[in-house]
Amino acid sequence: MGELLEVRDLVKHFPVTRGVAFRRTVGRVRAVDGVSFSLRAGETLGVVGESGCGKSTLAQVLMRLEPPTSGTALFEGEPVFSLRGAALRRWRRDMQIVLQDPYTSLNPRMTVGDIVGEPFEIHPEVAPRGSRAGRVRELLDVVGLNPEHINRYPHQFSGGQRQRIGIARALALRPKVIVCDEPVSALDVSIQAQVMNLLAELQGEFGLAYVFIAHDLSVVRHLSDRVAVMYLGKIVEIGTEEEIYEHPTHPYTQALLSAVPVADPTLRGRRDVIRLTGDVPSPLTPPTGCRFRTRCWKAQDVCATDEPALLTRIGTHPSACHFAEERHII
Amino acid sequence: MTDQLATTLVAERPRGLFGDAWHALRRRPLFWVSVSLIGLVLLMAAFPGLFSSADPNAADLSRSRGAPSARAWFGYDNQGYDVYARVVHGARASIVVGLLSTLGVVLVGATIGMLAGFYGGRLDAVVSRIADVFVGVPFVLGAIVILTTLNAGGDAGPARIVAQVVLSISVLSWPVAMRIMRSTAIAAKQQDYVKAARALGASSRRIIGKHLLPNCVAPVLVYSTIALGAFIGAEATLSYLGIGLRQPVVSWGVMINSAKDYLRVAPHALLFPAGFLTATVLAFVMLGDAVREALDPKLR
Repeated sequence: MGELLEVRDLVKHFPVTRGVAFRRTVGRVRAVDGVSFSLRAGETLGVVGESGCGKSTLAQVLMRLEPPTSGTALFEGEPVFSLRGAALRRWRRDMQIVLQDPYTSLNPRMTVGDIVGEPFEIHPEVAPRGSRAGRVRELLDVVGLNPEHINRYPHQFSGGQRQRIGIARALALRPKVIVCDEPVSALDVSIQAQVMNLLAELQGEFGLAYVFIAHDLSVVRHLSDRVAVMYLGKIVEIGTEEEIYEHPTHPYTQALLSAVPVADPTLRGRRDVIRLTGDVPSPLTPPTGCRFRTRCWKAQDVCATDEPALLTRIGTHPSACHFAEERHII
Repeated sequence: MTDQLATTLVAERPRGLFGDAWHALRRRPLFWVSVSLIGLVLLMAAFPGLFSSADPNAADLSRSRGAPSARAWFGYDNQGYDVYARVVHGARASIVVGLLSTLGVVLVGATIGMLAGFYGGRLDAVVSRIADVFVGVPFVLGAIVILTTLNAGGDAGPARIVAQVVLSISVLSWPVAMRIMRSTAIAAKQQDYVKAARALGASSRRIIGKHLLPNCVAPVLVYSTIALGAFIGAEATLSYLGIGLRQPVVSWGVMINSAKDYLRVAPHALLFPAGFLTATVLAFVMLGDAVREALDPKLR
């Protein structure tokens, strides 16, 4: 099957300006700095990384909520960033987003029926006026909510139910891709599993492809076919779920994996724990060469001068480290 | 079983925010009290003849400061005017000035504030600086300048006098409504639900109308109910300076001003118009409060 979405060298820099009348740019926050990946139909790509590594900015740019600084994204071979007018509207039907915070992502003054029905009002060609109420009820039923609650307001629902409403809204136009921007990180752990299972069911039912963003490796593993690990605006390692979790080759991925809690108490303490020192450097002035070198135990002189490309050096998947080697973590 | 389900589904018709708000309002006694009070005052303003047959401009110094009696329910003021007749006839000017100024201030201020808050950037910078200029002018000084300039033409009819006062209040007060609306719009447009709407392909008009306005209207509504009373009072201030409403226009503000020097000898001449003013403002405040609560699903 061909690539549904292909992203090439995507860059998003936010200018930092000073002054009121005469603005001048004093720096740039390199939120996303050259990200490339592809997504096949029906597949889930997990994107993990710690806070501030550019995951959410990536989602915003992919959804065209923010203009990219440079780079291209092809959706079914069509360049996304140059779409205008009717073509842009048409494309929006194919790609939707589920946002992180279910408490702010639903308009508190709209009924659930209005929220889930809004996609049909914006794209009236999808459902004729008379059938909309029925379609909304259908959608509520699909995401596991009572269709009779159509006249309730968001505050009358729990966090998990609200996230289901957000999923119903994203699902309304029958998109091919849904970008999930940390859809479960604001929920209780018990509710997280329910929402994850719902997303998995919907994927099977509607043949959806997900770009699944999370900061929690175990959450991503549950759903992903492939995983990309981000650090400071760049993908440092990308591969299948097995390649990343069983055979990680980038030191950052290894450090992240070693921080995942283990359920088995007999393994506790016997495991290889990698503690990273220091903080993530500022994306305003990222380190030269390899961005991870300031916190990496393998760093050599070459890391400060040459930026490692995302290449397959060892094993079967690409990793952006000069000294990539496998290290068993879990 | 399926038939039963189908009927309950049909029975539960989809409703919107405003339908629900109206539903909630209808069941609030406070709403009906304020509406009937406002209705009464509006009736008085439209048809003063229904309430009093006395001439509000008939002065007779022989009955100066006469106490309330069966002939004149609210007594007579210093000039020997019938206070009841003047309260009834004064409703029109006060209500017209208060309502039109509030309407003007809120419509102009809220529209500009919403656009400035939503679009931001250069539009916001220009509009905000203009608003700063108007805020910087002291109200009374600004009104004196505007009204003396407009009054230079000589004698004006009652409609022109009222229009001038409304205009000067609106011109000097719109920045307040604008700032309130601008700040709430800026806060609301950063919410995730606006992001979700944009991802769905919603137009700017749709985002403003469906998402921002319902979420931004409450603070402006509160301001406007308070402003209504303040504007009726401002009209009285301008009248006192001799540049606002004046003969032959009768208003509560004019009456309060002329009565306040005789408060100790003829308190009724001040208390009755002041009482009507207070009740009217209170009715609008209660109405605004009820509407604001009805528009917030969490408070319903």
